[in-house]
Amino acid sequence: MTESRSEWALWEVFIRGKRGLNHVHVGSLHAADAQMALHHARDLYTRRNEGVSIWVVPSAAITASSPDEKDPFFAPSGDKVYRHPTFYEIPSDVPHM
Amino acid sequence: MGQRTAPAPQSAHAPQPAPAPQAEPASEAGLEEHFERTIAAEARVEPRDWMPDGYRKTMIRQIAQHAHSEIIGMQPEGNWITRAPSLRRKAILLAKVQDEAGHGLYLYSAAETLGADRADLTEKLITGRQKYSSIFNYPTLSYTDVGVIGWLVDGAAICNQVPLCRSSYGPYARAMIRICKEESFHQRQGYELLMTMMRGTAAQQAMVQDSVDRWWWPSLMMFGPPDADSPNTAQSMAWKVKRHTNDELRQRFVDMTVPQADALGVSLPDPELRWNTGRGHYDFGAIDWDEFKRVISGGGPCNAQRVARRRSAHEAGAWVREAAAAHARKTTTPYPERIGATGGAPRD
Repeated sequence: MTESRSEWALWEVFIRGKRGLNHVHVGSLHAADAQMALHHARDLYTRRNEGVSIWVVPSAAITASSPDEKDPFFAPSGDKVYRHPTFYEIPSDVPHM
Repeated sequence: MGQRTAPAPQSAHAPQPAPAPQAEPASEAGLEEHFERTIAAEARVEPRDWMPDGYRKTMIRQIAQHAHSEIIGMQPEGNWITRAPSLRRKAILLAKVQDEAGHGLYLYSAAETLGADRADLTEKLITGRQKYSSIFNYPTLSYTDVGVIGWLVDGAAICNQVPLCRSSYGPYARAMIRICKEESFHQRQGYELLMTMMRGTAAQQAMVQDSVDRWWWPSLMMFGPPDADSPNTAQSMAWKVKRHTNDELRQRFVDMTVPQADALGVSLPDPELRWNTGRGHYDFGAIDWDEFKRVISGGGPCNAQRVARRRSAHEAGAWVREAAAAHARKTTTPYPERIGATGGAPRD
């Protein structure tokens, strides 16, 4: 009995809250196919007008980095303080900087 | 259940084998220290972080029980949808019960990020191997029970759940934020229903009082056993899975509810309930913990009925799940075909 349910793949749901905003991950759900995933996403995650657009993505299609903050994956940006405006000292009397 | 330390990848936010470390291989102690630092810094633990087995197990148990409670919680009130006295009340009740289903699904989704399997959780619920809140094992004997459940049961749930929005486990905390926003409607519709009834006839007022008398003590039991009998509390507090003890939350609920009962014009069925100036809290009578233990271990008025109903819904829905899967196999778009590990892949 339960095998039939597990045949429904897991999908990740992303919602655009309103025009002008990015889609944001809100959670996941099970569905047999993409259309059903969209319908379930609408019923589950937008019962109170939380969105104007929904993306559903098969969870297995997502490639993720390791989230560990010490991960060397993120090291390249760690030592480049000169990418930030606060790295540069400008006299305070110089206007509009 | 197979408590896996390295669960199969089934979600992008579920634990996956980390890429081969380029730095020095992390020792168990180093990982544990990093985990403890994350908790101490009030940062959230996210699904693919390393976490102690005990933490993972505790979170799965807590989230699953919570999800099951939402799903079983649809039944007592669902009982009144067809008999709600007006179209307005029917629409409200329907929306509320739909919310409970939604809350259950948010929570199952959070449990899955820890490597739990949805079908497995359902199986555990319908075979009685995982529990749900004791409160849903009481019957809804009259329509005013719908109002009292909204006011007291959802009120108690809110007391419990607001601090869980700061739970150390990220997906659970995020689900709780969403749930808490929606629960506020639940409590207010219940209280408004009761206010309406209290403006009615003496018989209607008596119905409200009868519901309050039956639900008050079970609502207090919702916070769980007293701190002295709650052996897991200390560890859960240390992990910031739990933010307040059972007794603290119960006291907070009593303090919040007494003035609401006064405003409504009902009495709470506890002769020992009175304001204690010294403590700055209401004192209340002893809770019947034998009843709590009886209900939680299967001896409540509706335990068998609730689980049987959930099981029959699951079994009666099997053909729908099978038909949808068969349809998907025929018409599916390229991506779902590639999801071998999590299902949806054609077998031929």
